[in-house]
Amino acid sequence: MIDSGKPIFLQIAEQIENDILDGAIAEESPVPSTNEFAAFYRINPATAGKGVNRLVDDGILYKRRGIGMFVATGARARLIGARTEQFRAKFVAPLLGEAAKLGITPEQVAEMVRDTPTETHIQEEAIRS
Amino acid sequence: MIGTASPVVRVDGLTKRYGKVTAIDDVSFSVHANKIYGLLGRNGAGKTTIMQLLTGQQFATSGTVQVFGESPVENARVLQQVCFIKESQKYPDSFRADHVLASAPWFFANWDAAFADRLIEDFRLPLNRPIKKLSRGQLSAVGVIVGLASRAPLTFFDEPYLGLDAVARQIFYDRLLEDYTEHPRTVILSTHLIDEVSSLLEHVLVVDEGRILMDQDADDLRGSASTVVGKRTDVDAFVAGRDIISRDGIGGLASVTVTGLTESEQHVARAAGLELSPVSLQQLIVQCTTSRAGAGTGTADFRGSGRTDTTSRTIGAETDNTSKTDAWSTRA
Repeated sequence: MIDSGKPIFLQIAEQIENDILDGAIAEESPVPSTNEFAAFYRINPATAGKGVNRLVDDGILYKRRGIGMFVATGARARLIGARTEQFRAKFVAPLLGEAAKLGITPEQVAEMVRDTPTETHIQEEAIRS
Repeated sequence: MIGTASPVVRVDGLTKRYGKVTAIDDVSFSVHANKIYGLLGRNGAGKTTIMQLLTGQQFATSGTVQVFGESPVENARVLQQVCFIKESQKYPDSFRADHVLASAPWFFANWDAAFADRLIEDFRLPLNRPIKKLSRGQLSAVGVIVGLASRAPLTFFDEPYLGLDAVARQIFYDRLLEDYTEHPRTVILSTHLIDEVSSLLEHVLVVDEGRILMDQDADDLRGSASTVVGKRTDVDAFVAGRDIISRDGIGGLASVTVTGLTESEQHVARAAGLELSPVSLQQLIVQCTTSRAGAGTGTADFRGSGRTDTTSRTIGAETDNTSKTDAWSTRA
């Protein structure tokens, strides 16, 4: 569950972000407490707290005094914006770099992307056959 | 939860010599309240000696040790707040486990008998068998139970689980974390099983040849190093001028572990066709304590967060880039 080569607090933050992105935790609903994260992932509570606090600093979560942490309104849209930027740097840039090495133009890449079946297509095919 | 007030332990210029052997060599560090520390290092690095000095069981040759603001030596005010679980605790010959557990509350004000009972069940510890007849793992379980149920404000576990099976070790980690969450306290855990405990630790002290090699937040250390693998010429070009922890290779392929790559540098490396892999805390410590050729050639980059001023400045001052690279690359 926890990947040993990456700061754990970042992994906790990412886990919460993913839950917000795929709707598992709705806006204005509570996220698990630091101690719950610590017990579930078997990590130091201070480390879990660091991950949660990072999202508070980013305005994704906010604290309700004496109750706990909640997902801020508009958090999902903001995460999608940030993750889209990351997507460009992490996936699109290396993709175009490798394509350039092989003499594939960006237009050809776009065509390949359109022609490549997505996971849902593959699943549909599997069901049909 | 994190006490930023005065540290629980303050060690300054601590040296311990046994005859001609220098076990602890001019060490300075602090331990802050309510954190779990890992005291890590190879056999004979000086971990046990440090714990003995902090608990007043050894006298320092020079330097000072302050625990809760006072010297621990023959000091009841300090020692009644301390629990030290040793690797090989000796008990009186006639003792059974229930004798140990019955006498523990005399020494530990916060002793929780109900918690101890629960741990006895968890570890399946036979209470009425003489200590001498217990297996190695059961003997370790006695120490672990005392260490946890004592809830001492400062608890030392020195290799607490010799002979404990994997299930029992997991119980130890889970109970420690649970109870620490409810009753925060300062824990110093020395172990060789770094991978198993690394996610429990908040701070790491690495000891090597009697000196502090790393004094850092555990999460800062994780992900602080990356291994770069690829064509030797490409790897060499990329790592030139960086802090190299270790170097390996075969034929035209090189594998070099370096510290402190930023995200954009990682992109540069990947774009250059190099493969990057993260380094776990255990791998990092193994690589940093494997071939230390010559004293003073520590990792200048692993200075503590300002707490090991003296040590880190010395290491930093004695180290220049070339000599360090040579020292670390002798293994390759």
